[in-house]
Amino acid sequence: MAVSSTTSTVMNNVEAVRATLYEAMKNDDRTVIIGEDVGPRGNVFLITKDFISEFGAERVIDTPIAEASIVGIAVGMAMEGLRPIAEIQFADFIYPAFNQIVGEAAKTRYRSNGEYTCPLVIRTPYGGGVRGALSHSVCIEALFYHVPGLKIVAPSFPADVKGLLNTSIDDPDPVLFLEHKKTYRLIKGEVPDGHYTIPIGKANVLKAGTQLTVVSYGLYVHWALEAAQQLESEGLSVEVIDLRSIRPMDKTTILASVEKTRKLLIVHEDNKFGGIGAEISAMVAEEALFHLDAPIRRLCAPDVPAMGYALPLEEEYMSSPAEMAEAMREMVKF
Amino acid sequence: MATTITMPQLGETVTEGTVAQWLKKIGDSVEKYEAFVEVSTDKVNAEVPSPVTGTIAEVLVKEGETVATGTPIAVINEAGAPAVSTPPAAEAQVTAPATPAPSTVAPAPPAQTPSSNGSGGTAPLAADAETALRAASPAVRRLAREHHVDIRAVKGTGANGRVTAQDVLGAKQSAPAAAASAPASRPPVSGVPSYGQPIPGMTIPLTQARRIIAERMVESKHSAPHAWSMVQIDVTNVWKWRTREKDRFERETGYKLTLLPFFIRAVIESIAAFPLMNAKFTPEGIYVNADVNIGVAIGLPTNLVVPVIKKADQLSIRGLAIAAGELIDRARKNKLGVDDLAGGTFTVNNNGANGSWASAPIINAGQAGIVTMEAVVKQVVVRDDDSIAIRSMMNSCLSLDHRVVDGYVASGFLADLRRRLEAMGPDGSL
Repeated sequence: MAVSSTTSTVMNNVEAVRATLYEAMKNDDRTVIIGEDVGPRGNVFLITKDFISEFGAERVIDTPIAEASIVGIAVGMAMEGLRPIAEIQFADFIYPAFNQIVGEAAKTRYRSNGEYTCPLVIRTPYGGGVRGALSHSVCIEALFYHVPGLKIVAPSFPADVKGLLNTSIDDPDPVLFLEHKKTYRLIKGEVPDGHYTIPIGKANVLKAGTQLTVVSYGLYVHWALEAAQQLESEGLSVEVIDLRSIRPMDKTTILASVEKTRKLLIVHEDNKFGGIGAEISAMVAEEALFHLDAPIRRLCAPDVPAMGYALPLEEEYMSSPAEMAEAMREMVKF
Repeated sequence: MATTITMPQLGETVTEGTVAQWLKKIGDSVEKYEAFVEVSTDKVNAEVPSPVTGTIAEVLVKEGETVATGTPIAVINEAGAPAVSTPPAAEAQVTAPATPAPSTVAPAPPAQTPSSNGSGGTAPLAADAETALRAASPAVRRLAREHHVDIRAVKGTGANGRVTAQDVLGAKQSAPAAAASAPASRPPVSGVPSYGQPIPGMTIPLTQARRIIAERMVESKHSAPHAWSMVQIDVTNVWKWRTREKDRFERETGYKLTLLPFFIRAVIESIAAFPLMNAKFTPEGIYVNADVNIGVAIGLPTNLVVPVIKKADQLSIRGLAIAAGELIDRARKNKLGVDDLAGGTFTVNNNGANGSWASAPIINAGQAGIVTMEAVVKQVVVRDDDSIAIRSMMNSCLSLDHRVVDGYVASGFLADLRRRLEAMGPDGSL
């Protein structure tokens, strides 16, 4: 992390997004924010509150409910030299923009033989545990994970939010920037002042351990950390890795950890089949099979169409620190 | 009860074996651990010990016949149990008539033969030991192989008594590697063309050893990108030292003292300074070997063998001279065991005996490099102070696996090797 300042401010994740966007708007006239309710409403989480009065309606663009247009217009802006930051109000609404993201943004550089790039950031809040029910809870990362040419970032801590959002805005190619909405106001932390960046594709070992590697991202990183600390008090040593970036994936950090602990648990909120955990499992099986002393395990959401609204259904869908701790215990003792 | 003996796997890469000689006939009694058959594989002959005490009931493979490892080759009735008490499954396997083996036994159809109670050719395992073996994870299997630990003998501390990777690491000190039994002489070669008797216009059939050499060479040349470097070493002083000691050494040990042990000693010290030269390329990364096991390439009239001086870094020059002398002696008498050839981590090739001045050796697959000793030649050299002198000079050539090390390490290693050899002698004791 290249930090230019030694002072810092305590923020939550939503404040970190807001502060980073504000600096980007202030420092670079090419930066444009486009999305539903980003104007006078100031975004549904108040991330862009008052931006329109300071930067004007030409740089803070309110759109109709038309996600394909939001991303499609932003792709054109990016190809012609602007630095658009498109917002999909909730990740659940991103599907109409699928073609613009996968078919256009991710392929721009390749299709034009490098003549055009698409320096576009698509921000969107995702994830559940907030009584968001069917259309305000989904995880979308696995739908886009398969696409070469698209980077996917999902930070969990305010300092990582700022550093990775800065890197995403600077990146010459499209980045899908995922913000877990339950962490928005739940997670607070020190955020260094001034401009700094964190490289995309670099995981963070949050806690060192020797008996089990746990890989996670998003809200579940915090729960996995809590569970690992519980196990520490029982004398069991678990290493916790926050992926931060989903694609490119930090294979080096994961493999080094697995080769040390010889056991791997992947925890994610998205459902299991074909999820991020499947890719990590396959990678570790391909590259570190002879270091494994236990079957790889994935603790993920059930393969059901959506998270229910009723609290028992939501709780059944979501994991918990206690459930994670139990899975960790079983693996350490295997 | 009857125990079916299968063709043993004498070495990790061995897939088949030839029955060289039956040391016991049908009806002969055999003690547990007593050799009863001599098997020829790859490059060595080995006597196979019986896993039980009993009587040879069946001989299923003729002398000279080659079968896949795991194929039943004999049945032994255990002492104290009459053959009629043989369990039905094992009985079904007893198909050959009980007359002397060589004349009656047809080539065995191993794949179709119903298996006995699953114990194969080794002593039956206890049920819990079998479970432990089956539950061994990839990491446990790898570590057991690397450290020569028998998983069945390790007490498991994991779930349901599973042997964990940590258990294997804890057990590695207490498990010595199993030694191969002393092989007997080779069966005589018949009138077909061979390396000893090449006949122009005819093809020499591939021996097992020749086939293995061919496979290993191709594997190494194809998978390891070879790079090459050479240094010239002034061996005048170490040569004087060797000349002074050689008569006494031969008198005391019966072995000739050559430059080889001095050279190996210097190689070992240079490896200590450049441990990457003692590494190997694996898909998981560069594995740096813990032991320094030096292979010594020995050319025989029919094939090349590379016996290994294990833990060579723990031997003095004298110890290395004895170890090398003993291996060379046994190689020439065709008496090397499987274990003599396994586990090398770096190879030295004494190539100069016939006057070779430079050579580009092929790396022994799975190692980072091979270094040669070329001929010692008297040369007129210009020394650092511009004086002219007659010195005994020797070239040393290094082939390296460029996946493991780069020229920076390799040239450092060669320079270090040269410095060490030039600093040896003319005084000193072995």
